[in-house]
Amino acid sequence: MARIAGIDLPNKATKISLTYIFGIGRTSAVEICKKTGIDPDTKMNELSAEQVNDLRKTIENDYKVEGRLRTEVALNIKRLMDIGCYRGLRHRRGLPVRGQRTKTNARTRKGKKKTVANKKK
Amino acid sequence: MARSIKKGPFIEKKLYKRVLEANKAGQKPMVKTYSRTSTIIPEMVGFTISVYNGKTWVPVYVTENLVGHKLGEFSPTRFYRGHAGSDKKSKKR
Repeated sequence: MARIAGIDLPNKATKISLTYIFGIGRTSAVEICKKTGIDPDTKMNELSAEQVNDLRKTIENDYKVEGRLRTEVALNIKRLMDIGCYRGLRHRRGLPVRGQRTKTNARTRKGKKKTVANKKK
Repeated sequence: MARSIKKGPFIEKKLYKRVLEANKAGQKPMVKTYSRTSTIIPEMVGFTISVYNGKTWVPVYVTENLVGHKLGEFSPTRFYRGHAGSDKKSKKR
């Protein structure tokens, strides 16, 4: 099993396997394969150690992945919160940021339903 | 879709003029504006701009971090103070 960017990659086609890394999707996975000259459909186990090293190097040099990417995202959100703009406020309250409705839905941001009991008359 | 670069950032003309004039005079007076859609430009740094939210003017102190945002983003128009009956302290947005 190849280990790249601190992630164990499963034995699947290279282009799929690479997407297990946070920050690499299908597009960049194929891109990486092209850059390293690896057939995107080869299974990970069939790659030579050299090829795996090539992959590792390309990803390290040209892509922002895993921890560094996560920090960047977190910093961007923190920036919004610190300057006190509308988007930051929405992040703070855990509500949708981009103007979606909140009367219903928005469960991804709000989390599981919390039922509020009816007020008794 | 993003605004075309050719046009440059949108700033209400009146506001822009006032900012430039104040900059020339070397003063930073409080500028009141209704124009929530105006982009914050580098020239505005250091100003306190009062942005109308439909009810009151909210003073926004412009720092470098705010450049590129719109004035309205810093002057919320809605206030949610919690639902009736919830014992949580009312929070201001």
